Amino acid sequence: MKKKDIILKVENISKQYRLGLVGTGTISHDLNRWWYKIRGKGDPYLKVGDTNDRTSKGDSDYVWALKGVDFEVERGEVLGIIGKNGAGKSTLLKILSKVTGPTTGEIKTKGRIASLLEVGTGFHGEMTGRENIFLNGAILGMTKSEISSKINEIIEFSGCERYIDTPVKRYSSGMTVRLAFAVAAFLEPEILVIDEVLAVGDAEFQKKAIGKMQDISRGEGRTVLFVSHNMAAVKNLCTRAIVLENGSSSFEGEVEECIEYYISNNKNKETKLYYSANNKDNILQNIEIKNKLVASGSNINICFNLNVKAINLTNVHLGIYNFNDEKVLHISSEYFNNGYIKTSSDVLNCVIERNPLTQGLYYVNVGVVSNKVEVERLKKCLVFEVVNSDFFNCGIILKPASIKAKALAEYKWY
Amino acid sequence: MNNKNSDWLYTISPKKKLIDLNFSEIWRYRDLLLLFVKRDVITQYKQTILGPLWYFIQPLFTGVIFTLIFNNLAAIPTGSGVPPFLFNLAGITSWNYFSSCLTGTSNTFKANQGIFGKVYFPRVITPLSVVFSNLLKYGIQLLVFFCFYLYFVFFSNKATNVSPQFVIIFLPILILFMGFFGLGIGMIISSMTTKYRDLTFLVGFGVQLLMYGSAVMYPLSYFKEKVPEYSWLVEYNPMTIIIELFRHMTLGVGDFSIFKILYVGVAVILIFSLGLIIFNKTEKTFIDTV
Repeated sequence: MKKKDIILKVENISKQYRLGLVGTGTISHDLNRWWYKIRGKGDPYLKVGDTNDRTSKGDSDYVWALKGVDFEVERGEVLGIIGKNGAGKSTLLKILSKVTGPTTGEIKTKGRIASLLEVGTGFHGEMTGRENIFLNGAILGMTKSEISSKINEIIEFSGCERYIDTPVKRYSSGMTVRLAFAVAAFLEPEILVIDEVLAVGDAEFQKKAIGKMQDISRGEGRTVLFVSHNMAAVKNLCTRAIVLENGSSSFEGEVEECIEYYISNNKNKETKLYYSANNKDNILQNIEIKNKLVASGSNINICFNLNVKAINLTNVHLGIYNFNDEKVLHISSEYFNNGYIKTSSDVLNCVIERNPLTQGLYYVNVGVVSNKVEVERLKKCLVFEVVNSDFFNCGIILKPASIKAKALAEYKWY
Repeated sequence: MNNKNSDWLYTISPKKKLIDLNFSEIWRYRDLLLLFVKRDVITQYKQTILGPLWYFIQPLFTGVIFTLIFNNLAAIPTGSGVPPFLFNLAGITSWNYFSSCLTGTSNTFKANQGIFGKVYFPRVITPLSVVFSNLLKYGIQLLVFFCFYLYFVFFSNKATNVSPQFVIIFLPILILFMGFFGLGIGMIISSMTTKYRDLTFLVGFGVQLLMYGSAVMYPLSYFKEKVPEYSWLVEYNPMTIIIELFRHMTLGVGDFSIFKILYVGVAVILIFSLGLIIFNKTEKTFIDTV
């Protein structure tokens, strides 16, 4: 087996925060801590403290934003860190980038860490774009000569050449962000820590930014730690991932497995599988999938319970999305039977024959139209999972890892 | 499969050593220090008409007012043959440098929490940059002082008893003392204010009160003569000694002794080291308490 070249080692990192107003009672706690310290005992407030579950009320004023996080990163690896809001991602990044210290534990590293928790840190509105490039670059840890040698590339990448000698306060917010990201993109540390900064700028710039990130990680072999809610970006960039949950790492492994784990975990808590909108005022009373199991290539029978007496129903359409929020299928009654759908009964059925979906989780948005007006729109009203199957009836079950497609199609070879 | 533990570049841990200063790291960030100074200088007088002229106007007007109030009105003597305006200007410029270093660094953590919360660099760079950009300002004001000095010596008959002493070669050390004394106190205050905001209220008027106790607009000898029972308060204020020394170096008037010089040296080094230690201890976790 190849010897692992571990560049970053996180050992049992924990971080405790005090809830409520800092300042009230801090002096008494500080004095108490000091009293324990001179008697040679540990910090009394480290024992108390709940796990970081923001939804439930805890017993203590102290919480563990992170508790016992361990992981290792190899050189050249791109590690994705995913988790819900408040799972401890940002705290972990803050500790990694030395903005704040851990309460317990240790992080060992073999390379310089540069962090991008925000783009444009230290930008000064009164200074020109060029001056800000130097200032921001220096704050991020570059030397003046390093910046000077790259300044032309940075300006070109930012696409703000025309404005480069104008004070930044005259820039549009998009331009400021472009300029800031351009500086960050040319950082050359051994380890780069990135917090969702890719979610800035317009579509064109985002594409450019992700491309640059890929260059950095793949082409130049830099180690990157990447935190994001954008599963598509994580999937694109990362080679491995960890899932943080309530301050501890709950899953570690291949990116796809992690995303799957994260999504299925999320789903159980926030959306109900086979959900029904049991609201009497709704026109769409209930929506469910009649099949027990949905596999690639099977028929999907979606059953709607509608209160058709209330309106003159003319059209029902639904979109099927994957969990990267990409719309995979659009299904509408508009294109069926000259736009005519049966409205006499309260029950409406839609059958998707030989569904082309690949393995994974999907959700459904539904729109109900009456006389060309959308009277109801339900988001994520149905979540279902598609499992692998022998789509092509050839005796081979699809291998998702080798296919990586969003949709399947039937075909023939001559 | 495991690596040796010895070849780690550095470790992030909660353990705090008393003195944990990484000088090579600070040196690596020297460009940042320069750019911070540049930023302060460039942006301070942007969109003003007089621009850097304000550097001159501030001490000049204060000098004129002080001369009117304290010398013409209150008749505080500045020594025979020493023009009161020159005497005041010497005190004001030196005091300004010290106080701007103190107030400028005393809100380091609060004013920079935006940057400090997002990026790591040796935090001590920020207060140091304040001291350096103020040094530049002080340099300009010293130039003004010496211009007036020359005017009084060569074009007016008032300055009959003014002569620079040869010890003026130690002026750079004295300036270092002023800056680092202010920096030391400022760092202590900025570290304390991250948790307890009370000190911010103290700084504003405290500095003003301290000016009256630092022999800025009167000679120490006159104070000792008039209020002998409280004179020790002023006499052992390090800033008094620094200002008296400055006047001795440049004008040839001043009350000092070798013992006092040693006292100032020790006091400044102590306060600065204390500030540095407290500042270093605070910088690791301040973002959670600020």
